[in-house]
Amino acid sequence: MERPLTRHIVTGSPPLNLKDYRKSGGYEGTIRVLKEMSPADVTSLVKASNLLGRGGAGFPTGVKWSLVPMDAGSPKPKYLVCNADEMEPGTFKDRYLLEGNPHQLIDGMIISAYAIQAEKAYIFLRWAYKKAEAGLRKALEEAYASGFLGKNILGSGFTLDISIHVSAGRYICGEETALLNSLEGKRAIPRSKPPFPAISGLFGKPTVVNNVETLCWISHLVVNGAEWFKGLSLTGTGGTKLYGVSGKVKNPGIWELPLGTTVHELIEEHAGGMSDGYRFRGALPGGASTDFLVEEHLDVKMDFSTVAAAGSRLGTGTMIILDDKTCPVAFLHNIEKFFALESCGWCTPCREGLPWVEKILDSIERGTGKMEYLDVLKFQTRYMGPGNTFCAHAPGAAEPLQSGLKYFKDDFVKHIHDKKCPWR
Amino acid sequence: MEVSMIKILIDGKQYEVKPEKNLLETCLALGLNIPHFCYHPALGSVGACRLCAVKKFRDADDNKGRLVMSCLEPVKEGLIVSIEDDEAKEFRTAIIEGLMTNHPHDCPVCDEGGECHLQDMTVMTGHNYRRFDFKKRTYTNQYLGPFINHEMNRCIQCYRCVRFYRDYAGGKDLNVFASHNHVYFGRHEDGVLESEFSGNLIEVCPTGVFTDKTLKKHFTRKWDLSNTPSICVHCTVGCNILVSERYDSLRRIMNRYNGAVNGYFICDRGRFGYEFVNDDRRIRNAKIRPQKEENQVEADNEILTSRLKTSLAKSQKIIGIGSPRASLESNFALSVLVGNENFYHGISKKEQLLTHTVLDFLQKSGVQTPSLKQIEKADAVLILGEDLTNTAPMIALAVRQASRNIPNQEALKKGIPIWDDGPSRELAQDTKSPVFIVTPFKDGLDDLSEGTFRASYDDIAYLGFVITASLDNKFPVSITTDYEHQKFADKVASVLINAKNPLIISGITNGDEAIVYAALNIARALFESNPKCMLSMVLPECNSMGLAFIPGKSLDDLVALSAVEEINTLVILENDLYRRATADMVDFLLERSKQIIVLDHLTNRTSVHADLLLPAATFAESEGTLVNNEGRAQRYYKAIVNSNHVRESWRWIDEFIKINDQDKILSWNRFDDIVSSMVNEWPVFSKLKTYMPDSDFRMLNEKIPRQTMRHSGRTAIHANIAVNEAKIPNDSDSPFTFSMEGQPERPPSSLVSFYWSPGWNSVQSMYNDLDEPNGSLKGGDPGIRLIAPDGTVDIPYFKMIPTAKKLQKDEWMIVPVYQIFGSEELSSAGHTLTQRIRVPFVYLNRKDADSLGAVEGDRIRLVISKTNIVLIVRIENSLEQGIAGVSINLPGMPFIELPGIGNIYKL
Repeated sequence: MERPLTRHIVTGSPPLNLKDYRKSGGYEGTIRVLKEMSPADVTSLVKASNLLGRGGAGFPTGVKWSLVPMDAGSPKPKYLVCNADEMEPGTFKDRYLLEGNPHQLIDGMIISAYAIQAEKAYIFLRWAYKKAEAGLRKALEEAYASGFLGKNILGSGFTLDISIHVSAGRYICGEETALLNSLEGKRAIPRSKPPFPAISGLFGKPTVVNNVETLCWISHLVVNGAEWFKGLSLTGTGGTKLYGVSGKVKNPGIWELPLGTTVHELIEEHAGGMSDGYRFRGALPGGASTDFLVEEHLDVKMDFSTVAAAGSRLGTGTMIILDDKTCPVAFLHNIEKFFALESCGWCTPCREGLPWVEKILDSIERGTGKMEYLDVLKFQTRYMGPGNTFCAHAPGAAEPLQSGLKYFKDDFVKHIHDKKCPWR
Repeated sequence: MEVSMIKILIDGKQYEVKPEKNLLETCLALGLNIPHFCYHPALGSVGACRLCAVKKFRDADDNKGRLVMSCLEPVKEGLIVSIEDDEAKEFRTAIIEGLMTNHPHDCPVCDEGGECHLQDMTVMTGHNYRRFDFKKRTYTNQYLGPFINHEMNRCIQCYRCVRFYRDYAGGKDLNVFASHNHVYFGRHEDGVLESEFSGNLIEVCPTGVFTDKTLKKHFTRKWDLSNTPSICVHCTVGCNILVSERYDSLRRIMNRYNGAVNGYFICDRGRFGYEFVNDDRRIRNAKIRPQKEENQVEADNEILTSRLKTSLAKSQKIIGIGSPRASLESNFALSVLVGNENFYHGISKKEQLLTHTVLDFLQKSGVQTPSLKQIEKADAVLILGEDLTNTAPMIALAVRQASRNIPNQEALKKGIPIWDDGPSRELAQDTKSPVFIVTPFKDGLDDLSEGTFRASYDDIAYLGFVITASLDNKFPVSITTDYEHQKFADKVASVLINAKNPLIISGITNGDEAIVYAALNIARALFESNPKCMLSMVLPECNSMGLAFIPGKSLDDLVALSAVEEINTLVILENDLYRRATADMVDFLLERSKQIIVLDHLTNRTSVHADLLLPAATFAESEGTLVNNEGRAQRYYKAIVNSNHVRESWRWIDEFIKINDQDKILSWNRFDDIVSSMVNEWPVFSKLKTYMPDSDFRMLNEKIPRQTMRHSGRTAIHANIAVNEAKIPNDSDSPFTFSMEGQPERPPSSLVSFYWSPGWNSVQSMYNDLDEPNGSLKGGDPGIRLIAPDGTVDIPYFKMIPTAKKLQKDEWMIVPVYQIFGSEELSSAGHTLTQRIRVPFVYLNRKDADSLGAVEGDRIRLVISKTNIVLIVRIENSLEQGIAGVSINLPGMPFIELPGIGNIYKL
């Protein structure tokens, strides 16, 4: 089983330095692209691979790139931004890649920037990722020293500078347009679309924002080809995926597995099954902003379309497990409190709806809930639905709630009838 | 340009509409109500509040549809939407429900109540049952200065305030802080809001977060106010305003939409400068001085009449001094009384010359002088020696909008409509249409500027001549200049010549002839290549331009005359001469006058010399016509019934005429009569007779009410005495009645007296008076242009090139520094505005201050043409060394003629 992204990551050891990364075949993709390929060739290759964005939305990366104007008169400069503001609750896959192999990211960023002819790239990094920052800074230094970054890279005439921007720490900065506002020094509120960043992005110039995991794939795609990539997955979507499991399991962690690995296999084989004395009740498959999967979904293959068909989203592919000793109301309250606090405050349904939801869940959990609150909660999940809000924050927040209300309704009712939390 | 209309389907009904608009503004123009908060026609769409959701259908077969925000939905051929769709209605109601979770239920004690956008929307969506039963969020309020009250708990986070204050008006000190449902709109700390346009927050805010503090002091609900359309008298721009009254006191000023002039906004001087009308210093009763050297005493009618008879006897030669702050009609009446040959404008010779030069140029050269709306359309602007922010703030605001034109065109090319505010600003970043600012010191528009040029007046004028030469190689004056001047001039010239709608802005308030000539020269040179070029010249006062149309001599001429012959009777109309000439000159003139009759609103340095002091009605108590700097004649109407002896100046003068010459039968019984009389005498004003409905105008045989149909408690205030209703005062001068009775239909655009339409009690109801958002008022914007340049006369270039004045040791070139608060006479008398007036000061470059041994806050003595003034030093490094900027016309300051050369001594 191939693990292209994590092959060289050894937990507890420092990441490969440039010399060792080169030895492992690193920067071969960059060299090939700069010597042999046109920007359009690179984009075509990525398109052909059907690499879907690993940040959570699963948008085809090649298509995103192809929206960038490439004619001679196109606006300058263009920008590439790596979204490394990983703040999705329960998600730590990008951290693993950033800490484990920073050169792999830089390698991918050089190729990606070349494909859209960006001369400036930023890594928008979560403030808490101190270790990743140190590793990235060292790797960037090495890359500059070896001529992989800076002016006229390897004599190709292509110039690229990469800077790290350490985020001030808001969940909403993971939303690509809020990220761009933040990077410009403005309030981190999402932007109206259209226009998409490919047309008017950072500082009003054409910009591509890609997730860490997505960018890490690019050099491998160049070296091994689109067909190789497609063959890696179990379901034909292409590639492996960094899957994670957290919660009351014997062996919580993160693994690179073929895209399409089942929920069951993830929990039982890789996470070692539920901890002794705990029973599986449900799981948020791709971070806190995805719908619950429950026992009936254990055979669902974890790829974008299959999880969607089961009523949830693959999201970041990092699963949070709800066990039978944890109160689902308190579990949801914890999540919704996070989302309410992280709302940017721009649009009404999110700004006003989430605190209301949070207050209701808190009230139910404390035993002061009322039956009519359940109607309000149900209504709120609809009210905060996709398209009704300015960005995907509130719809994401609504996902665990709407499915939680469906799968754990009895628990809600019991709280209200008993005027207390059965788990306390 | 003809736009081809497109067809869209709204709730099953087909409409033909203009393309390139958004669905919300399209529906509002069609008279279809869609609730909304964050959209404002002047600010565009941002999709924050989500209240304007409607259902959009893919095609005729789609019966499910999806919710879209109408403010962000471009109208395209074949668009199918539903406003009335159940899901859309439920969603809009839920938005209000969400906003109401934290909104206090304090409507009965909230100043916004009764004209609240949030109340309107709540009723419109039908939200009426509270499901939220938790505690509300609360905030701490801030002190924002004397104008605006802050009550953050009422905030519904529509973001309009910061979008207006920062994005539209360029303010810096109001912002949004924190996030999620704790976002806070205010300053970083308590303090006076700095923007000259802060008062618009009152109208922009859809709830009671920002309310009028001056109204609060004598608060009256909207429905209990009596309202009248009027014109602002505090600068030359002539913004349209609504004046509200109750119990004979003026309660507040609000913006009155005029698509060609001020649109949705007015400046803070215009909004808060009204309090002089209610001031204790008002002259309300006639006074006479029984004998020379005695004090003025109140006079009854009998004594008054007999005194007038002696002073105004036919045998007496009467001299009249008019005023640029009095109406055309009052000035006309005075000139009838004294005869053209004895009529003086009451302004200095220099000011009169410059005003005439400007008017003459605008009438003959063919160069267009723009309305504010046209200024907003300029794509390149040169400002020459005029501090717009302080002398004509609304022109500054219009220039700020003009600076967005070129980036907006770029956005359009990328498919981003102008109304799509977020993306168009994002794409624009810091790019702006070119604005060049050539002034002696820092300017409120510097942040827009592509190039600023700081220099002495002589250098500014000289640069203007260099630009002219650069524009026109036939310019008949030889110019030599240094490289930097030439480079800047060439850049300005090349930008102006390549622009589609270039605009030159200057003015006469700086008092420098050469700058005025330079500005006119540039416009003339530009006009050769581009007939669409525009020239806007700022004049000092609300009727400066009107006075320029009227024959008359200057104040200097009169002082000269008084040296030759004694004046029998001097009639001074609404004019404090001590603001126009040095005290020596005015003292001399008044000493040489045997009888002085003063008609004015407030006691001032001139009025204390009056032998007969007569209370003249202010703009709020009279009808009148003013002509703004673009030559637009506009009429204001009486908002307050005159009490005591207060009468319109023209009515007083009508009395004088009857006394003076009993053969003259003028029968000026009504305002219409004097207008007719004036038009006959001065045909230049002939359009005035027809452009506005006269006092006989009726709608379905009824007058137009000043009060809303919701007016209540008319008799309550005196109910302890009597419950029968007082007789409604008769108003023979206008088509209005001082009551709520009358025609409830909307009147013609010039007679809109308050904003209301079914469902809309807030100012948003004005959209229903417009042909489309940002468009003209239905039936056309009121006001009539008196200047119609035909471009047939070839005006020669002005060739008076300035030479740099040589300064002796200890001499300084003194230039005027105007202040939005304080430099204008009437507004400065208001209680509240006084709190914003600075102590008279001098701007000095730090090096100059050092040479005087002075630091910020020190006192210095300025000696200029024998006048001594003590001023506070304020360091202003944008001034060139050797130039001192002196605050001008602040209350208590003596007249000094600027620019001039003076000496400065540290105290």
